[in-house]
Amino acid sequence: MRLFRFILPACVIAGMLTACAGGESNVESGNRDGFLHYGNGAEPQGLDPHVVTGVPENHIIRALFEGLAVKNPITLEPEPGVAERWDISEDGRVYTFYINPEAKWSNGEPMTASDYVWSWNRALHPDTGSLYAYMLYPIVNSEAYSKREITDFDQVGVKALDDLTLQVTLNAPTPYFLQLMDHYSSFAVHPETLLKHGKMTERFTPWTRVGNIVSNGAFTLDEWSLNRRIIIKKSEHYWDRDNVALNGVYFYPTENVVSEERMFRAEQLHYTQVVPLDKIPEYRKQGNTSYVQAAYLGTYYYLINTDRPPVDNVMVRRALSYALDRDTLTRTVLQETAIPAYSITPPNTLGYNPPKLFDYDPAKARELLAEAGYPNGEGWPGLEIIYNTQEAHRKIAVAVQQMWKKELNIDITISNQEWKVYLNSVSQRDFQVARRGWIGDYVDANNFLDLFITDGGNNNTGYASDEFDDIILNLAPRAKTRDERYGLFYKAETMMMNEMPIIPIYTYTSKHLVHPSVEGIHPNLMDSLNLKYVKLHAGRSLYGEAN
Amino acid sequence: MLKFIFWRLLQAIPVIFVVITATFFLVRSAPGGPFDSEKAVLPEVKRALEAQYKLDLPLHEQYLAYLGDLTNGDLGPSFKYPGRSVNEILGSGLPVTAELGLYALSFALLIGVLAGVFAALRPNTRQDYIPMGMAMIGICMPSFLLGPLLVLIFGIYLDWLPIAGWGDLPGDKILPSVTLGSAYAAYIARLSRAGMLEILSQDYIRTARAKGLPEWRVVIQHALRGGLIPVIAFLGPAFAGLLAGSFVVETIFQIPGLGRFYVQAAFNRDYTMILGTTVFLSTLIVFFNLISDVIAAWLNPRLRAQFKGSA
Repeated sequence: MRLFRFILPACVIAGMLTACAGGESNVESGNRDGFLHYGNGAEPQGLDPHVVTGVPENHIIRALFEGLAVKNPITLEPEPGVAERWDISEDGRVYTFYINPEAKWSNGEPMTASDYVWSWNRALHPDTGSLYAYMLYPIVNSEAYSKREITDFDQVGVKALDDLTLQVTLNAPTPYFLQLMDHYSSFAVHPETLLKHGKMTERFTPWTRVGNIVSNGAFTLDEWSLNRRIIIKKSEHYWDRDNVALNGVYFYPTENVVSEERMFRAEQLHYTQVVPLDKIPEYRKQGNTSYVQAAYLGTYYYLINTDRPPVDNVMVRRALSYALDRDTLTRTVLQETAIPAYSITPPNTLGYNPPKLFDYDPAKARELLAEAGYPNGEGWPGLEIIYNTQEAHRKIAVAVQQMWKKELNIDITISNQEWKVYLNSVSQRDFQVARRGWIGDYVDANNFLDLFITDGGNNNTGYASDEFDDIILNLAPRAKTRDERYGLFYKAETMMMNEMPIIPIYTYTSKHLVHPSVEGIHPNLMDSLNLKYVKLHAGRSLYGEAN
Repeated sequence: MLKFIFWRLLQAIPVIFVVITATFFLVRSAPGGPFDSEKAVLPEVKRALEAQYKLDLPLHEQYLAYLGDLTNGDLGPSFKYPGRSVNEILGSGLPVTAELGLYALSFALLIGVLAGVFAALRPNTRQDYIPMGMAMIGICMPSFLLGPLLVLIFGIYLDWLPIAGWGDLPGDKILPSVTLGSAYAAYIARLSRAGMLEILSQDYIRTARAKGLPEWRVVIQHALRGGLIPVIAFLGPAFAGLLAGSFVVETIFQIPGLGRFYVQAAFNRDYTMILGTTVFLSTLIVFFNLISDVIAAWLNPRLRAQFKGSA
C-alpha cells in the first residue's frame, strides 16, 4: 500500500510530462514553413531608425527597412538598395542617387526622393536628439543644422531633383559615404505615417507598432510581444521580393547566453547571437560544426589616462605594452576567439593595415621601466585597472595583472564597476587604466582614428596632437587616391601609437551557432547579415539524420 | 474585522509614500544617467533628450510632477524603450509573471503540503526523513542551478519539454513553474510539518482518535485546518516574493515577465521604470500581506474571537 503512495503521484507527473513530449521543434516547423528562428541577444529599445542605437535593433530594423545602397554580404561592397544606381561627381563630393521606380513602401506607395529629404531633416534635427546624427555629418551644413547653428534645412546639401532623383553634396570626398547609406540612421521613414502619430521630431509616438508601421524593406512587422518575440513576414511590396527566400523571421530576446546555447541544442533556434566561451572548445571538436567564428571590426583595449601618474610617463605606458604577451592571452584566456592587436585599427580594414610598432618583449619592457625611474618595480606607486562588471573582462584583467607582476614586478589592482558607474568614470576621466572596446560603425580606418582627435568625446585619454588632428580632419579627406589616404592614416596612427595613449589587446571576432539547415549567412567583418539572402533547407538536423 | 482592514490600509499609505520618495531620490543619486552610452553623446543631443524627458527641470519640480502624474495612475514614459510607457510595460509583464507565480505557488502548495503532512504523520521515521531531507536540499538549491539542471534532464537529454519561452510551444510553462516553485515547496513542506506536528499532539486530536474516527478523517477534517495556519500566513508574502523575485527564472527560461524589466531598469538607469516597478511591487506586497493576515485571523479561532470582542 505504502508503495502506491509514492508510485501513483510519480506516474501522474510522468504522464503529464510525456503528454507534452514529442512536440515539433521550432527548427522543424520553421524549416517546413520557411521561418527562421533567430536569437537576437536582447529586446530592442524600439524600431525607430532615428531614435534607437544598438546591435539587436540593427538586426530588426535592417530587415524591415532598406537603405539607398546595401552591402554585399560577402564582399561588403555597396550594391543597389532603394537606389538602383548612383553617380559620383569627379571631385567625389556630389552623389546623385536614382531611386528604383519599383521601390515601394509596405503600404504600396512608391518611394520618393523627397521622403529622404524629409527623413534626413528628421534625423539631423536637434529636437529629435538622434544619437547617430553624426553619421550624416559628411553632408554639407548638416552638422551646423543639427547643432542649431542654422535653422533652414534647405541649406543642407540634400536635394530632391525630381521624384526619383536625390542629390547629396558632401563637405569633402568621403570614400565610406555609400556605406553610411546602409546604416539605419540614414534610412528613410514614411512621412505621412509619422505625422499621423505625432510631430516629426517626437521620439515617443507609437508609429512603429504593429498595424501602424510602414517600412520599405524585404520584411514587414507582424507581431511584437515585448520581451518575448518579434515576428516579421516577407513583404508583398518589396522591389526584390522574388529573391527573398524566407517567409519570415522570429526574433527572440536571448539575453542569457547560456540559455541561448541550450535553446540552440534543443533546436528552438536556428542561429545564436553569441556562444558562451567555455562551450567553444566542445563545438570545435565536432566535425561539421555549427560554430562559426570570423574576424570582427572591433578592438578591445585599455584606455590610459595620460594625465595621471605613473602612466603620464610615455615610457611607463610603453613598458606596460611591451610586457603584455597577447599571444598567450588570446590562446588561453580567450580560447583562440580573438586576434592579438597592436594598434587601434583592426587589420585589413578595407585594405588598410595598421602599423605594428612593438611586440612582446619583456627585456625591453624592463629597460623602459627602469628608464622611467622604477628599476625592477622599485618605487612603483601602484596602478588601478577599472572594468565594467563582467566575467570576461575580469579574466583578462587578472591575466594582465599577473603578466605585469611577473615581467615588471609591479603591483596592479583591478576593480570592477557597474556599467553606468564605469561609463561615468571613463567620461569624467576618473581612472588610470580602463577597459574599453570600440566597434566600427563602417569599414574605414577613419572610424577608429578619429576617436583620438584632441578633446574628442570618445578620446578620454588626454592624447592631444595638432599634427594628428590636421591629418585626420583636413589632409586625409582631401587625399586624391586610396593609397595616399591610407598613407596619411598610417602616418597618423604611427604617431599616435608611439605615444601609447591606449594599450591595444585584441581584435574581436564574431561567434555564432548556425543550424545546418541555414544557408546564406556569410561571416564577414561587420557581422552583417542580410536576411533577404537566407534560405532554409528542411531535413537537416543538428544530430545527423532528421528526426 | 472591517476596522482591522481599514487600519491596515491606512498604515499602508505612508509606507508606500516613503518607498516612492526614497526610490526617487536614490535612483537620481546613482552615478551615470539614462542617456550615457559607450559612445560619447554629443552635448546638443543630450540636451534635446533631457528636454524631451523633462530632466532639465530642477529635481524637486521633477519629483512633484512625478507625484502628480502618479495620482493619475501615470507612471511616465520609459527611458530605455522610447515610445513605450511604464504602464504599458508593466501591463505586458504582469500577467505573465502572475501566471508563472500562480503555477509555481500551486506546485509548491501541492508538493509542499503533501510532503509536510506525510512527514508529520510518522515523525522521526524514514517517512519523515526522506521528504524533509529533500526539502532541505530544495531550500538550499538556488534556482539558477536547479533551472539549468531541469533543462538539461527534461529538455535536452530526455527531449520531453521545451526549454525556453512562455506559451510558444506546448509544455513550455512546466519547467519554469517547477523551478520557481521548488524552493517554496520545500519551505511550505517544513512549515506544514511543524504546524501539523503541533496540532497532532493536541488533546482534541486524541479525542477524535478515541472516538474511533478513521485516521484520514482525523488528519483532513481536524488537523489540517489548524496545522496549515503557518502555511497560509506564509502565502501572502510568498506570492509577493514570487512576483518580485522571478528575475532569475525569467532570464533562464526567456520569459517575458516583470522581473527582467525590473532588474534591467536598474542597470539602464531607466528612472521611471525603476520607480514604476518599485511602487507597483511594494503596493502588491503590502496588499498580499494584508490578505494573508486577514485569512490567518479568520482561520484562527482565538484571533477571530478577539475581533468579535473589539468590534
